[in-house]
Amino acid sequence: MNNGAPTLQVDNLETHFFTKDGVAKAVDGVSFSVNRGEIMGLVGESGSGKSVTGFSILGLVDPPGRVVGGRVLFQGTDLLTLDPEGLRQLRGNRIAMIFQDPMMTLNPVLRVDTQMIETVRAHDASVSEDAARARARDALGQVGIPSPDERLKAYPHQFSGGMRQRVAIAIALLNKPDLIIADEPTTALDVTIQGQILYEAQKLCRETGTALIWITHDLAVIAGLADQISVMYAGRIVEQGMLDEVLDRPAHPYTRGLLGSVPGHNTRGKRLYQIPGMTPSLLNLPRGCAFKDRCPHGDGACDVAPEITNPLPGRALRCAHPQLDAGGRAP
Amino acid sequence: MTVFIIRRILQSLAVVMVMSFIVFGGVNIVGDPVEMMVSDEATQEEREKVIRSMGLDKPWYVQYGRFVAGALEGNLGKSFVYGEPALEIIVHRIPATFELALAALLLAIVIGIPLGVYAGLKPDTVASKSIMAGSILGFSLPTFWVGLMFIMVFAVILGWLPSTGRGDTVPLLGIDVSFLTLDGLAHLFLPALNLALFKISLVIRLARAGTREVVHQDYIKFARAKGLRNSRIVLVHLMKNIMIPVVTVLGLEFGGLIAFSVVTETVFAWPGMGKLIIDSIQSLDRPVIVAYLMIIVLIFVIINLVVDVLYSILDPRVRLSEMKS
Repeated sequence: MNNGAPTLQVDNLETHFFTKDGVAKAVDGVSFSVNRGEIMGLVGESGSGKSVTGFSILGLVDPPGRVVGGRVLFQGTDLLTLDPEGLRQLRGNRIAMIFQDPMMTLNPVLRVDTQMIETVRAHDASVSEDAARARARDALGQVGIPSPDERLKAYPHQFSGGMRQRVAIAIALLNKPDLIIADEPTTALDVTIQGQILYEAQKLCRETGTALIWITHDLAVIAGLADQISVMYAGRIVEQGMLDEVLDRPAHPYTRGLLGSVPGHNTRGKRLYQIPGMTPSLLNLPRGCAFKDRCPHGDGACDVAPEITNPLPGRALRCAHPQLDAGGRAP
Repeated sequence: MTVFIIRRILQSLAVVMVMSFIVFGGVNIVGDPVEMMVSDEATQEEREKVIRSMGLDKPWYVQYGRFVAGALEGNLGKSFVYGEPALEIIVHRIPATFELALAALLLAIVIGIPLGVYAGLKPDTVASKSIMAGSILGFSLPTFWVGLMFIMVFAVILGWLPSTGRGDTVPLLGIDVSFLTLDGLAHLFLPALNLALFKISLVIRLARAGTREVVHQDYIKFARAKGLRNSRIVLVHLMKNIMIPVVTVLGLEFGGLIAFSVVTETVFAWPGMGKLIIDSIQSLDRPVIVAYLMIIVLIFVIINLVVDVLYSILDPRVRLSEMKS
């Protein structure tokens, strides 16, 4: 599937939040790349920096946050050095984003057609109002909204949550982007709708070659969707690799903990595994590996921040004690 | 929508009824108009004749009934001072006050909203902090003092603008207006700005608060993620959302502008209703006071109605839920 340069290549991205209580390193040296038509799952718990990573790529980090280092190469252009107008022309056009809460992403006082047509015309003013409307209608049909002509004239509050998220996805698809960043787009939806949306997202990527970054905390979603997976913890990617390989042979104790806490067929009647302790505050991270205090293997070697190693083929890992025994899920 | 409007009109009528009772009662408690009407040398007989001719010898409910019956025919009594129907005197003065209030409202919107939105978008700049400090001044300086200062600075010292009266007027649809002549505009500017000052501050604060809230909403971030130009995000996505509270408050305040233009009209000798009511209160001209209050009540009620309808146009969520009911 890899033909030529990756659609998006992120090198050593650093986004810090300059708060009154100190500097929070929400994204701390994150690197990954996504190819054409590829789906990458970005997994982590709340506050691990996965959403901020998404916003950093599009230059949408609000103060006091700021991208302080790294490179974000989109089809060869570094988005971090691009001027605001250049970035604006890419946003919603070549790179689209879908947000987490469908109830909040559409403007409540503007009709759906207004919000869709403006997205087309912001990037190509030569498209007529009617042509833009036709494209909006097609996009609504594409995401499975019945009678799109009528629905175009409706306001967001006349849609259910699932329908609103479909509208948001339709808006993201309008300009046939090369990359979509989806920030927990199915978290607020019920499971059946979630299944349909996942299926459609996957189909889209295969058909149009759009690359997709799917940000979520739900491993089950990623398992049925992604090609590769990046696991984030406290602003860093701790493990990265092809989906099947990582799920089968997790090498980082944190990934093992996450997988171990997913209920499965052979856990019936038993207590689910729980990672001990709490996510540390980003303002007060332990020295070295941020996970060491919760890790069953944490020791003196973890006081130095672990470098990225490649203990297995195609695998990137930040851990002083890689767990390489095959198949072991619980630590 | 129609049902909604009809229901609101019925509610408004009830308000007008209750207010007529309160106004009539209130005015009857204050002062004795007979003292005004008869000379000091009048005999007791003459006094009683006047009392009878004004119907003041009847019990209060008969007086009230007559007042209501008259009011329904558009007759609110004759002014004791001018000897003309009170309603006519007031109606004659309405255009001047309306013109002043509308000019003030326009200034409040044109000056207040851009400043407020700017202060909301860039809250930490020196300009924004100056705007907010200025709005505190606008809130707290008394209108009459600012009016006098305007006259001092712009009329007396600099001599740029006139300080009293309406200036040249031209008829527009049968009503004399100032804003269509250059001289009239010059006369209008200072009083309108004076009257608007408080409202400008209010609009700045409302627009700023609204902007600060809306800017952090997901739909604004989503609009940015769609690659919209900043101008479109601010002028369409943001403005339409902050206009809901601004329109509500301004609508209600417009009634206040009309009713309480009293101070400004007095300072600038603007021949409107406000100046008339002050004069009438001083001379206890009861029919004019009552007629004035009733008209103000009507204006308030109508404005509230218009605001509700406007509100439903701005906010589709209100419109639809009202339609269903």
